[in-house]
Amino acid sequence: MQRRQTPKQPLQVHRKKQTDLSAWRKGGRIDPEKSVQNHQSPNNQKNDSKQDSLEQALSYFEKVQDRVSLKKNNVLQKHLTTVESIALQRGLPPEGFDVLLNVALSGKLSDTVNTRLLKSLIPASVIPETSVVSSVSWLCVSKCSSNIQLLFLRWLITVFDFIDHKERLHALYGFFFSFLQDEKMCPYVCHLLYLLTRKENVKPFRIRRLLDLQAKMGMQSHLQALLSLYKLFCPELVTITLPGKTKTYFKDSEGPWKATINTVRQRKQENSLVSQPLFLGTAQPQSRKRKWNTQLIIPASSTNKNNLEEDREKQRVDFYGTNESFPVEQLQTFSQLLQNIHHLEFPSQMGSVLTNPLLLHYMNCIKDESIYLRLYYWMGQTLQEECTWYVADNKQYEEFKDFLETVYKAECFLQEGFSSCEEFLYKSLPLWDGFCCRSQILRLVSWIPLSSFSEMKSHLYDPLAQLFFTSSLYFKCSVLESLKELLQNWLNWHIIHLDSESDSQAHSLNTTLSGLVNVVAELIDFVGWISTVALRLENNPTFLLYFILDFYETVCDMYLRYNLPLLIMPPAGVFYPALLSMDSVSLNQLCYIMYRYRTNLVAAKENELSKKKILQFKFSSQTYQEYNQYIIAMVGCLWTSSAFQKDIHPQGLCMDDELLKKTTVQEFKTSFNIVYHPAMMGYAVLFLQQAWPDDTTFNFSLIKGKKWNWYLEYLYAQGLKGLKVFIESSINRVSQASHSKA
Amino acid sequence: MSAMESVDGAVRTLPSIGRLSRGLLSRGLLFGGVHGRVGLSPSSRLLPPAPPSQENVDSQKTTFLLRKQWTLYSVTPLYRFSDTHLKDYARLLSAFIAAEKQKGLAVEIGVELGIKVAISSLPDLRGSDRDQAAILVQLSSRSPASPKNSEEKVIWSGWFCSVSGDDFSENVPEDFTCLPLFLANGAESYTSIVGSWFQKTFDCCFRRLAISPLNLSWMAAMWTGCKVDKTASAMELVFSVPHLPQPLDISYAIHPEDAKALWDTVQKTPGEITQEEVDVFMDCLYSHFHRHFKIRLSATKLVKVSTAIASAHCDGIIKFLQSQYLTGVLMLLTELAISQIQ
Repeated sequence: MQRRQTPKQPLQVHRKKQTDLSAWRKGGRIDPEKSVQNHQSPNNQKNDSKQDSLEQALSYFEKVQDRVSLKKNNVLQKHLTTVESIALQRGLPPEGFDVLLNVALSGKLSDTVNTRLLKSLIPASVIPETSVVSSVSWLCVSKCSSNIQLLFLRWLITVFDFIDHKERLHALYGFFFSFLQDEKMCPYVCHLLYLLTRKENVKPFRIRRLLDLQAKMGMQSHLQALLSLYKLFCPELVTITLPGKTKTYFKDSEGPWKATINTVRQRKQENSLVSQPLFLGTAQPQSRKRKWNTQLIIPASSTNKNNLEEDREKQRVDFYGTNESFPVEQLQTFSQLLQNIHHLEFPSQMGSVLTNPLLLHYMNCIKDESIYLRLYYWMGQTLQEECTWYVADNKQYEEFKDFLETVYKAECFLQEGFSSCEEFLYKSLPLWDGFCCRSQILRLVSWIPLSSFSEMKSHLYDPLAQLFFTSSLYFKCSVLESLKELLQNWLNWHIIHLDSESDSQAHSLNTTLSGLVNVVAELIDFVGWISTVALRLENNPTFLLYFILDFYETVCDMYLRYNLPLLIMPPAGVFYPALLSMDSVSLNQLCYIMYRYRTNLVAAKENELSKKKILQFKFSSQTYQEYNQYIIAMVGCLWTSSAFQKDIHPQGLCMDDELLKKTTVQEFKTSFNIVYHPAMMGYAVLFLQQAWPDDTTFNFSLIKGKKWNWYLEYLYAQGLKGLKVFIESSINRVSQASHSKA
Repeated sequence: MSAMESVDGAVRTLPSIGRLSRGLLSRGLLFGGVHGRVGLSPSSRLLPPAPPSQENVDSQKTTFLLRKQWTLYSVTPLYRFSDTHLKDYARLLSAFIAAEKQKGLAVEIGVELGIKVAISSLPDLRGSDRDQAAILVQLSSRSPASPKNSEEKVIWSGWFCSVSGDDFSENVPEDFTCLPLFLANGAESYTSIVGSWFQKTFDCCFRRLAISPLNLSWMAAMWTGCKVDKTASAMELVFSVPHLPQPLDISYAIHPEDAKALWDTVQKTPGEITQEEVDVFMDCLYSHFHRHFKIRLSATKLVKVSTAIASAHCDGIIKFLQSQYLTGVLMLLTELAISQIQ
């Protein structure tokens, strides 16, 4: 203790330094003034600087001198506020307790400061035993006021479970016991002793002392509590009869910390994507207003083994027949999981796996129907009970949102949707307003398992379409995004099961390849339909088009990337708006997609021709036909300036020359080639400026022949990679084909 | 019950048998289809087989279930529950209750505690051999002052049961025990402790089981058709008028014989009831009421049905009144509980 009290430079010196601005810059060691400067910096919001300011505050309190007045000392005020705000927000790190307890119990500062310090001792993780032991020695020298002593004891009771070890604390049992003589401290000391007492602590002299106290103070519930515990351990030593029923032995044990500790813990759990396993299984904030079992609590992982070992009189019941299973509470690290995987048991409530990534790993390895069934029942009931648009209660909204988020994270972790979640979505989507928990619900949609095909339309597509058409552009994009993820999840599922199919028939889904193809086709058709309608409703915004084309980027590659014998072309309602888009991004994206379609179709054709395998599935000639129609339109537009003549798609651009003349547009033939296309004209202008810096007439017709190729190189250099691969693959071929035709 | 107590605006009528003529019945048909068909209720239900004579059922064992208010819960299948361990469960539950009652204090298992827990099996309460036998949990208190063998007072009881729930239980793996219906009588704090223990120990999930107006009208129709003693009390339907600043309940009491006479004209096939018949029955009652009071009950919400067989409240509270119809009522409730957990 003395070490900490060694005098440091007098504060006046620091004050002087403060006037010298350069002083704190030069000074290598952290001094209080510096921390104030930093504390006031605009970066205060950042975590790093928070960490810094906490460190500085701690180092200030480590060195603080006697009798610093709070009112007069800004530095102290700042540091105190820092400690308080950080404690409230995320709790204090283990190393902070030593410093703060020492200063608070040493009586160096005023009681106001000490009280505030003690009140902010919220643990972020654990409290080191050493800091508690040294505080007890402070308590013994009585440097602090009795109020502070009481507050410390109450704090110790509240945070008892957060102390990392308790052996040395147990060694101080006698010290604590001696505090019993203090009348004010007695109730709290009793409570603390109640937490500490082991059988070996029960001694005749202690019992006598307690009985003396009881004789002196009367029947006090806290003394009774301790006596009854003593009696429980050593019935032969405590012969008095104690009243059997006592409602509360200890009053006001939670102090000002409990609520904050819970909030900090909850926040911490929310923040970490893969949250740590709870190291305390019990404390969950409970709202008192709601009826039993209507609150959303993800149970903590706890072993379902009842403490029957000590009960020797009665025959031991081992419900699970496993004597040596590794308790899930102790499972903290991945290596522990690996070492104990053979005798690990799932927690008593399967719901707790959701917040425990290690158990999710384990769940991934175990193929046991009952695991999924237990989770299914729990999750299904919880989702229905808590769904905020079933039960109108705004207070639950955040809770429910967090729960959905947790479910989604677990699904991502397992790479698999939960069937209870699927059922919940089917039941609740028709009643959904499209607003409540939007991103959570839509993300859960992306994990709908690929199991039931026929119901997809009425359960998912119909309610989703209704919301889609009546909601904002942003909602439309979100839906498209989640349907893209749904498609990708299905395709991933397919490719994984394709690999494992040969060695096991394990997956119970009776999904044949044709079944799968049908479901996927259904989804793509649905997206094609809503996209067409949405583009017309919203008047072709680039933003929406981006999400639509993004979906088709997955669709166009299904054959090669996912080994699925299915290719579906986008509908004309998507293709033409993209082709005639005002934006080069969309056009470039379309070019890339068409290139991938070509690659996939060519590969499929080659496979078909080589007949290496007997092909169960062939692309219909209609797919090729549609592709060809689109490619003719595209090449006609972008390259050969013949779109209006050659487009043969029924919904295409083909127009009569007479009609086109009536538009009085000159050079209508070329108006959609890579120079004149509204999406490309910007590039053409910049190209002209670079190629003919002196020419200000913007004579686009100059771009031809060799210059045309230069222009192409220029476009490729501008990042239009989609256009590049498209032109390099499709144009030559078509022109060759037209050559050979001619 | 609050519904009964709100006298304000209560309207009562006891139509004489003469008024319920066939003419009324045919007019009642015009109002068909007012009810929204909620949920996945079956369009027809078979009535439970005629109740066995009193001698067959050991009614002594179930009479204590009568004339008490039971709060209904649905329970998902219990994981690794075994009815050979009931005594051990009772011991553990008793320790759990003691621990919950004295939060944070150490408790030794097996030590005499203020509350005694008994868990037993009620083998009579099931539809067929394929149903799991009902499980009864009783908490009784003994006062610490009185000697050990003094009378114990039951302070809370709850029971799990499944009557003709075998369609559901057959599809569940062996590790699970299906007792989808749970009924509790006593302080909710005990329901909470006992329920939490079962949830923790057998990884199941309790949920309050509300009864929809549609299902209440089913009960009204089904129970009207049952035979009881002549001294049977009136059938009473309580309706609540929605969207009012003050709660307004309408109580509609019908002489049981009148109701039975009406039902007999509605029901076509004995032993079976269809949704259509239930609708017709209720519509007849509604149109009769409308003729007298110009109030359309179809626009209100049916919240309570009381008959000589049982009474049921939409909040999920039931009172059994006739032991020979106990299993019949439980069968319907089991069905509702299963539909809530599936």
